[in-house]
Amino acid sequence: MSKLHVTTSINGEPVEFLCEADQSVLDVLRNTLGLTGSKEGCGTGDCGACSITLDGRLVCSCLVLAPEIEGRQITTIEGMAQGDHLHPLQQKFLEMAALQCGICTPGVLVAAKALLERNPDPSETDVRYWLAGNLCRCTGYDKIVRAVLETAADMRGAA
Amino acid sequence: MNAIDNKWIGRRTIRPDGADKVTGRAGYAADNSMPGMIWGKVLRSPHPHAMIRGINTARAEALPGVKAVVTAKDIVDFPLDKSVMLGIQDMRWMCRNVMAREKALFHGHPVAAVAATTEEIAAEACKLIEVEYEVLPHVIEIEDAIMADAPILHDFLRHEGKPSNIAATMVNKLGDVDAGFAEADIIIERSFKTRPVHQGYIEPHACTVSCTADGKATIWSSSQGQFMVRAMTSLLTGIPQSNIRAIPAEIGGGFGAKTIIYLEPLAVLLSKKSGRPVKMVMSREEVFRGTGPTSGSMSTVKIGAKKDGTIVAAQGTFYLQAGGLPGSPLRGPVGCSFAPYDIPNVLSVGYDVVSNRSKVAAYRAPGAPLGAYATECVMDELAEALKIDPLELRLKNTARPGTKAAYGVVFGSITFEDTVKAIRNHPHYSAPLDRAPAKGVVRGRGVASGFWFNAAGESSAQVNITEDGNVTVTTGHPDVGGSRASIANVTAELLGIEHKRISVLIGDTASIGFSNLTGGSRVTFASAMVVTQSTEKVIGQLKERAARIWKIDPEAVVWSDGAARPAGANAGQFPPLTLKDLAAKANEMGGPIGAGIQLTTVGADPGFATHVVGVEVDVELGIVRVLRYTAAQDVGRALHPDYVEGQIQGGVVQGIGWALAEEYLFDKQGRLDNASFLDYRMPVCSDVPMIEPVVLEIPNPKHPQGVRGAGEAPIVPPLAAISNAVHDALGKRFYSLPMSPPKVLAALDG
Ligand code: FES
Ligand code: FES
Repeated sequence: MSKLHVTTSINGEPVEFLCEADQSVLDVLRNTLGLTGSKEGCGTGDCGACSITLDGRLVCSCLVLAPEIEGRQITTIEGMAQGDHLHPLQQKFLEMAALQCGICTPGVLVAAKALLERNPDPSETDVRYWLAGNLCRCTGYDKIVRAVLETAADMRGAA
Repeated sequence: MNAIDNKWIGRRTIRPDGADKVTGRAGYAADNSMPGMIWGKVLRSPHPHAMIRGINTARAEALPGVKAVVTAKDIVDFPLDKSVMLGIQDMRWMCRNVMAREKALFHGHPVAAVAATTEEIAAEACKLIEVEYEVLPHVIEIEDAIMADAPILHDFLRHEGKPSNIAATMVNKLGDVDAGFAEADIIIERSFKTRPVHQGYIEPHACTVSCTADGKATIWSSSQGQFMVRAMTSLLTGIPQSNIRAIPAEIGGGFGAKTIIYLEPLAVLLSKKSGRPVKMVMSREEVFRGTGPTSGSMSTVKIGAKKDGTIVAAQGTFYLQAGGLPGSPLRGPVGCSFAPYDIPNVLSVGYDVVSNRSKVAAYRAPGAPLGAYATECVMDELAEALKIDPLELRLKNTARPGTKAAYGVVFGSITFEDTVKAIRNHPHYSAPLDRAPAKGVVRGRGVASGFWFNAAGESSAQVNITEDGNVTVTTGHPDVGGSRASIANVTAELLGIEHKRISVLIGDTASIGFSNLTGGSRVTFASAMVVTQSTEKVIGQLKERAARIWKIDPEAVVWSDGAARPAGANAGQFPPLTLKDLAAKANEMGGPIGAGIQLTTVGADPGFATHVVGVEVDVELGIVRVLRYTAAQDVGRALHPDYVEGQIQGGVVQGIGWALAEEYLFDKQGRLDNASFLDYRMPVCSDVPMIEPVVLEIPNPKHPQGVRGAGEAPIVPPLAAISNAVHDALGKRFYSLPMSPPKVLAALDG
């Protein structure tokens, strides 16, 4: 079977690639495009390590077929910092040690950013339920939740 | 907490590897690729127990795109009659674990591996391999495996002279338990069961390997020890260690399970045969079926006490699942269960039981949570029966410096008592408890304690001063949770410079001296020790250089605040020479500045923890929710408090999962039924509250900064603490884990 040609936008850049019809976006990002910031923890939509946004919506890139992103906009962890300027969430995660091994971190950050764009003033419960799709085995979530809440407060203060 | 006036130690600095990890740039095991790379895949046994009569790989090898196939005959054999140890691992079992030899011992046991130009072709080729199996009856659970008529996994195993699935026995003994129990006014004896749980790291095992025609192998993989990867791969492939370079990728969680290897030797052999770099990545399903978990257990604990609460005797019997090959962590329950207490008569016995499951791997304080679960639940019943506060009962029997533990040591400067008092004095313990806040909801509170040995061992470090007067520190252990940050703090403190001027690296096996595993709660202890000694040597060199420049005696130079200074007025009047000044003059004044240390560290005193937890039980749904959790632990010295707290918080939440939800479930055919994160239910963010760590810092006198291991003790108490809290809420005791909704409902109905 010949490959499909897909034109899309990743982190604001136009991108073209060839893929099989049944390849996931995660597979293309990691193995075709070299964007290995999105991680594969399960490949079945259960861990959130592969989180990206698709036209602004948070999705598991392991569950989206690559041909489906034709003509659409996706953002990944690689698009979160602006140049050498970290996103406030990234900075806060460092300051508050919201990561240990760091393998869940790209997915958690992408998910948390999507939350704050929808809800700039989330409660602890909001954060916990929103991030319930992102498994972290190291931190017990405590410092992650605190970092997200504190970033939200900072960003509200700055706005 | 601590009176020592430190500038960097104890500061919440930003970790040296942080920016890479929040931007997606850090390279984990599966993130590497190489030019010309091909993909390896593993064929796994569809049967839980079967003789392998023959393997025909011809059709697979003929498939276009297939470059190499390996089976057990390509792997170095370690005959069953002679044990060859690598650390605590017996290579007889390791060689049979990476690839089934005579027999497939569990569903998912590797039987062959293929490398091909694409993952799809490799998977296709696996299906073309013809394996002739002679299917045997299988056995999964401990209670079935120890029956007289159980299918026997290994003919060579004997227990009490007969063929058996009991592979080993471990006994710790102190005093005379029979005499002790005879003195007791009260004896409580209970039996408990736990299910196997997986370590659950989010990063599946993965590696990339390149073998060159001259027989050299480079391995890029994530593990808890690149030197273990090198040594084990060398033993299993026959390539000398000097020809293997193991490069540690960032590790996406291990919790003990990455102290052994699965894929690396297969990838080395595939790469050698094919002449191409080979990448292998496990799927999550393979991780569940083929790696870890930790043992399930069956235990009985009996404790006898006087009316006033003085414990006079304790006895424990612990059966642990080993999986298909021997080697469960008996030392955990046998050695740790009674260690917090000063008990004159102890008998603690463990049995290593094989059955047709994947071979267990270490999991955080291996085995200790199983033992503490039983002991600490019996302690709770004892306190209830004697009408003594459960923490007072612990204080009455606390082990102290000088207490002899049943596992053989006389304790040095231990601080168990302090952890109990920290919880007793914490507002959580005395907060009013609303026992029935709403219809169908009841609440309760529970406590438990725990013990872990902690470890020291071999470590190496190299500290170099760069030509521009900054610092690189290299150590030999993978950083699983922020150890680079602690090392940066220690080095900055000793040198008296900004921690940002120090870069901390993890060396590969060719670039740093031997360092043992990241495990046993040893890394911060051991690496801080070797980094301290290396840095002190560097400071000695710096003082010497200054002395030479000033033409005074090196003894007359001190190092403080980042500069060499004359020791006093008698030494002479010289402006200070900073690190930058001295680095700039390094060449003319004796050459490059740097020093390394390779050392077998000692002095890791054990760790103790005491926890209190508040739970809520929904009696309609059977759901137990943890509402509040407070965990006290003495860590000696928190070099970087965030990452110490993180160890405690993470360990507690793993314990919550173990207590309430996680378990391996098998079907009648002996296949794991829940090999996915959907069906194997680890705690998610909305399942848990904030976890409050109470970090005690009572310096360990045997360590330059006072460090005590921190990573493992936190997972020891939660199983019992939560069980005791559920009992407090419901008035019913559970004797098996997990306390999942169906079990809670059944207990409420019963
Ligand atoms: S890899 Fe996509 S959710 Fe786990
Ligand atoms: S930091 Fe390791 S999984 Fe989240």
